[in-house]
Amino acid sequence: MAAISNGHEASSFNIPPIKFTKLFINGQFVHSISGKEFETVDPRTEEVMTKIAEGGKEDIDVAVKAARVAFDDGPWPRMPGAERARIMMKWADLIDQNVEEIAALETIDGGKLYHYCKAFEIPAAASTLRYYAGAADKIHGEVLKASRELHAYTLLEPIGVVGHIIPWNFPTTMFLAKVSPALAAGCTMVLKPAEQTPLSALFYAHLSKLAGIPDGVLNVVPGFGPTAGAAISSHMDIDKVSFTGSTEVGREIMRAAANSNLKPVSLELGGKSPLIVFDDADVDKAAELALLGILFNKGEICVAGSRVLVQEGIYDEFEKKLVEKAKAWVVGDPFDPKVQQGPQVDKKQFEKILSYIEHGKREGATLLTGGKSVGNKGYYIEPTIFSNVKEDMIIVQDEIFGPVMALMKFKSIEDAIKSANNTKYGLASGIVTKSLDTANTVSRSIRAGIVWINCYFAFGNDIPYGGYKMSGFGRDFGLEALHKYLQVKSVVTPIYNSPWL
Amino acid sequence: MTNLSNGSSTYSQSFLQIPPVKFTKLFINGKFLDSVSGKTFETVDPRTEEVVAEIAEATKEDVDIAVKAAREAFDSGSWPRMPGAERAKIMLKWAQLIEQNVEEIAALDTIDGGKLFSWCKAVDVPEACNILRYYAGAADKIHGNVFKTSRDLHLYSLMEPVGVVGHIIPWNFPTVMFFAKVAPALAAGCTMVIKPAEQTPLSSLFYAHLAKLAGIPDGVLNVVPGFGSTAGAAISSHMDIDAVSFTGSTETGRKIMQAAALSNLKPVSLELGGKSPVLIFDDADVDKAVDLALFGILHNKGEICVAFSRVFVQEGIYDEFEKKVVEKAKTWVVGDPFDPKVQQGPQTSKAQFDKILSYIEHGKSEGATLLTGGKPVGNRGYYIEPTIFANVKEDMLIAQEEIFGPVMALSKFKTIEDAIKKANSCKYGLAAGIVTKNLDIANTVSRSIRAGIIWINCFFAFDIDCPFGGYKMSGFGRDYGLEALHKYLQVKSVATPIYNSPWL
Repeated sequence: MAAISNGHEASSFNIPPIKFTKLFINGQFVHSISGKEFETVDPRTEEVMTKIAEGGKEDIDVAVKAARVAFDDGPWPRMPGAERARIMMKWADLIDQNVEEIAALETIDGGKLYHYCKAFEIPAAASTLRYYAGAADKIHGEVLKASRELHAYTLLEPIGVVGHIIPWNFPTTMFLAKVSPALAAGCTMVLKPAEQTPLSALFYAHLSKLAGIPDGVLNVVPGFGPTAGAAISSHMDIDKVSFTGSTEVGREIMRAAANSNLKPVSLELGGKSPLIVFDDADVDKAAELALLGILFNKGEICVAGSRVLVQEGIYDEFEKKLVEKAKAWVVGDPFDPKVQQGPQVDKKQFEKILSYIEHGKREGATLLTGGKSVGNKGYYIEPTIFSNVKEDMIIVQDEIFGPVMALMKFKSIEDAIKSANNTKYGLASGIVTKSLDTANTVSRSIRAGIVWINCYFAFGNDIPYGGYKMSGFGRDFGLEALHKYLQVKSVVTPIYNSPWL
Repeated sequence: MTNLSNGSSTYSQSFLQIPPVKFTKLFINGKFLDSVSGKTFETVDPRTEEVVAEIAEATKEDVDIAVKAAREAFDSGSWPRMPGAERAKIMLKWAQLIEQNVEEIAALDTIDGGKLFSWCKAVDVPEACNILRYYAGAADKIHGNVFKTSRDLHLYSLMEPVGVVGHIIPWNFPTVMFFAKVAPALAAGCTMVIKPAEQTPLSSLFYAHLAKLAGIPDGVLNVVPGFGSTAGAAISSHMDIDAVSFTGSTETGRKIMQAAALSNLKPVSLELGGKSPVLIFDDADVDKAVDLALFGILHNKGEICVAFSRVFVQEGIYDEFEKKVVEKAKTWVVGDPFDPKVQQGPQTSKAQFDKILSYIEHGKSEGATLLTGGKPVGNRGYYIEPTIFANVKEDMLIAQEEIFGPVMALSKFKTIEDAIKKANSCKYGLAAGIVTKNLDIANTVSRSIRAGIIWINCFFAFDIDCPFGGYKMSGFGRDYGLEALHKYLQVKSVATPIYNSPWL
């Protein structure tokens, strides 16, 4: 059974008061027009922490108006990129200075590991902000080589007012991954954080004002998908929507965009990513990688390696080591530095995961370890591994978004590729091998947007990140991401008496 | 009144033997086939309103078969696996075959779409060959990136073909649109299913025939003529098509995006309508500006998404401009598009013809001043006079909606700021024209207009290296240029840790 750390140490931790609970529109924290509020719950204790102002359609309208004025008439798009960069850098510095408070918010809001947020996630997000700050003055159009006497060039212009709808699993990372390139490009925006995790977004908004982001450029409106989210995707005056979340909601957003003003959308959706372990792998390292692949962030990550395919030569040894390691995994209060896995984000996810586990048992898969909730308070679930799974089982096809692995055996490299691609998703994949040829062949053969060879979760500011197939389209990170927030304008003038084209 | 060349068959016969229509079936997996249902539809000659041919009509079942063939060709066939240079050789051969058949193809577009024969022969069809050659040349130059990371990782991106692509193309430029879509998708290594417009299927089927002769492998290119609500819908909602590229009306674009969302969330690119403004400043040469403005609305009988349908003239030269543009419009020769003297052929179909005339009635009832034109020409064929309305207010239907015919909305402006404001007061954002000799005006105004293509002292200045597409409700995604390849490629990032590397 998973080791439990039942969170007593947390009481010695000073959890900061929650300072920002209102909508951030046009540089001010305001109540929602309706006065409505919603509760945000601590998944460690199932207790309500505070009430947050709930943004509805009217609030989105006000935010969009502010963003529109800021775009059409305000300084932000008109500044040199280097000046936007200075403000963004200042914001990154302020984030670094407040890292502990923000990390604590992430922990009580989303059940994320405090020490991980403090040491990695928040500093990485600040580096993302700096990365795009550095790109802001390097957004180049092209001068074209026409086939007749024309002077033709392209301008890469900011697309306008952007709507960002971000998920609850990486509130900090997602916030800055979306906002930074859009700011660098010169856009203004309205961002709806997930209703499960609004706290850090509001704190970032507060810091952005201190940094000097002009009023109206960045607006943060917490609320629910069917109200605030729908208002964004169907808004006639939002020029583009960028979404990360579930496939089902992605559909709604694209449909609403089509029905309203045909705004372009980019979608980063679900995954059922395969980790393929070949016979020549170091079994111990591979088992560690596989476990990390499904348990990192309690499995609440779109690129989770939820299907593990192991070549038959090492399968038995692998399965044994994997189960041993899983049983040693520490589940408990995410403030405790010994803990490796905190609670699932909310009751709904908790119940959904347990229900998939029941499916797995009924479908006839073998439960090697885990399968139950942990303790009687908080949304904790044991690391769970199923073997003897068939490819058409629900636990192999559907995204569970929890600490549940489907373990399979394969014979040949062709088998592995076929199984890996047997999914409607195509987000990430992992390959564990020392063979150069295997690595090259398999990385070309898997239909997924990210291939990790002998590593997993190797993110970086420079690495474009996004899906194939029903995992969506469009890329976050890298210079690639800027394109979501830019439009290509071609300008053409005839030339006369030019020595050449 | 406009000069009429009345399209009686004597003109056509004296110019050209109109060739028999050779290809009338669906082209799937390298063969011409009847549709599964056996259904056919008629294609009509807009010069005479007579039926030219019966074409096999593709419905959902035929699209399924075509997609299966394209899927097989993509997943297991040779096309995506060839080096880019080999795809290029086949594409170049195809271009050569097209050149050898230019007259026959030009005649097909003329009888199918009412396009000017001489223009098709001298410009459109050769342009199609240039498009093919351009992308053939790009096929072996599709580069990913190697990244400079912040830790010990070897990181690169592969630009991979997205898979099976659906192309839905319009009737106004059947040849150019076919190649603008097909050429980059082929260069990228994709396979595809193309639905030409039901009004203009003939040249697409001829191109399919030539593709086979050139060596495009079976299943790579499939052409399924049919209607939007059946074949088009089957493409946009197909669970096994990986991307859709569409040029056409805004309303249909909506349906396509919706269907994509409801099916397999395939990415779409849309090139939609426009109500493009041309701004003519006081320092313009009035005669040249008049020529440009007329060309802007009458080229291809106004059936172009980038037509300069709103003409704004600075008040200093307005009166002279108005006088000259009306004079010039009255000399415009409307008639049989085979006749080399003719400048404007018939509108493409009865539906379009009726729609344009109805917009003209709107213009009159909204209170705009009809300066010239406004009526059909002759009593056979879909010919409409070049039509100019003045005293047009911004909120009039004829100033806001895309008419897609030879109808100009003319108004006046005072200052550069006025001009910019009026130009942007539109839900569309496809093209815009600026006529001035002043460098500063050109630069300021080109930055200020929210549109995807700005033509300074020119119109319709397309070039294969220059990206083309819309802002706002004119759509998203770009045709032409290397930019267009991105619609048919996906970015795959590959990361491997490195050890003991001297540097990052």
